[in-house]
Amino acid sequence: MRLTQGQFSFLPDLTDEEITKQITYALSQGWAVAVESTDDPHPRNTYWDMWGQPMFDIADAAGVMMEVNACRKANKNKYIKVLAFDSNRGFETIRMSFLINRPSAEDGFELVRAEGPGRNVNYTIRSYATEKPTGARY
Amino acid sequence: MSSLLTHPPATQAPETQPAKTSVDLDELYAASNIGEILDQLDRELVGLVPVKSRIREIAALLLIDQARRQLGLSTDAPSLHMSFTGNPGTGKTTVARRMAGILHRLGYIRRDHVVSVTRDDLVGQYIGHTAPKTKEALKKAMGGVLFIDEAYYLYRPENERDYGQEAIEILLQVMEDHRADLVVILAGYKDRLETFFSSNPGMGSRIAHHVDFPDFRSDELLNIADTMVSGLHYRLSIGARQAMQEYIDLRMDQPRFANARSIRNALDRARLRQANRLFAQGGVLNADMLQTIEEADIRASRVFTQ
Repeated sequence: MRLTQGQFSFLPDLTDEEITKQITYALSQGWAVAVESTDDPHPRNTYWDMWGQPMFDIADAAGVMMEVNACRKANKNKYIKVLAFDSNRGFETIRMSFLINRPSAEDGFELVRAEGPGRNVNYTIRSYATEKPTGARY
Repeated sequence: MSSLLTHPPATQAPETQPAKTSVDLDELYAASNIGEILDQLDRELVGLVPVKSRIREIAALLLIDQARRQLGLSTDAPSLHMSFTGNPGTGKTTVARRMAGILHRLGYIRRDHVVSVTRDDLVGQYIGHTAPKTKEALKKAMGGVLFIDEAYYLYRPENERDYGQEAIEILLQVMEDHRADLVVILAGYKDRLETFFSSNPGMGSRIAHHVDFPDFRSDELLNIADTMVSGLHYRLSIGARQAMQEYIDLRMDQPRFANARSIRNALDRARLRQANRLFAQGGVLNADMLQTIEEADIRASRVFTQ
């Protein structure tokens, strides 16, 4: 099952050229671009692994792409996303986030039912990938 | 974003237009405001004929490339890595700083920035320290100009455990792979840079433009002095200008003469003497007095007594 998370995730995967253009836009807005990766695709997983620090002092997308490619090389079979952080007062948050790499086989999610008191049933989802320990998932 | 839109990089010139059979070079020339850039260069930089003619050649090449692309002829981005050689004070750093602006306006690079580094910024102190440091500097410079001053210090043949070689190798790789993203300019004294290239043939062969900065003539130096003085909102009295001319002629024959840098230092000292003179004199001063450097301020230099 194809993971849809962040921007552009219902579109075909972005090409390098398209990623460069998105990064150029983020940089033109004065946002700091960061690269993060994970092998736990749950939508509530906010703790992705940072690939270095957010790039506060890089002026051009070509410099960011060097890091993007380095991260891809090291994490071929993980989810990788590019983030753009807006430090302006009032935002101080992520303004852009999109996937740029995904594992070759995506396992999808299981619907888990937990029976509560009476006839109450609680639903949650769980990634099949997380059955295995981290590092052995994809 | 607006800066991106008004100066589209040359690589994004329309390629999808239907095949044209001719292209109006005059129109392209007018649109690219190259003439204005070259005029400005002529106005603001005194002398430096070989440098200016090289910039003119590069401008012509980029323009022709643009024309070729419009006709659907494939063009590779030309390699514009440069080395600037010359004696101290001949304007290597000044021109390098300006190069980013020029290449940006010619549409060759995307950003108008120069990242200026020396050995310290590229070479680490222990194993594994150099590569991240060099890459950091390169990433910052991407899209613009990386200016490496005194580049020969990167390579220290006398110490075989030096990490400079590692920095050079990373640099070479990026110079080759990111030719469209980055212009590298190496600067330094001629003989030492030549030794550097002969011991690193890969570096020498990847640099297409070796520009030699000639020493300034004495009339050019006087011109430079005039420009510097007016840039500081001072002016030389007639006697002072005459004294300056004599000063330059005398100073040129002395050891440790550093072209425009010596002139700058002389002017700094003249300002000091002028301030001292006005201070000693006291009383009411007008704007004219505050601006004028008198003959005595320059004649007091040690150069005249030696």
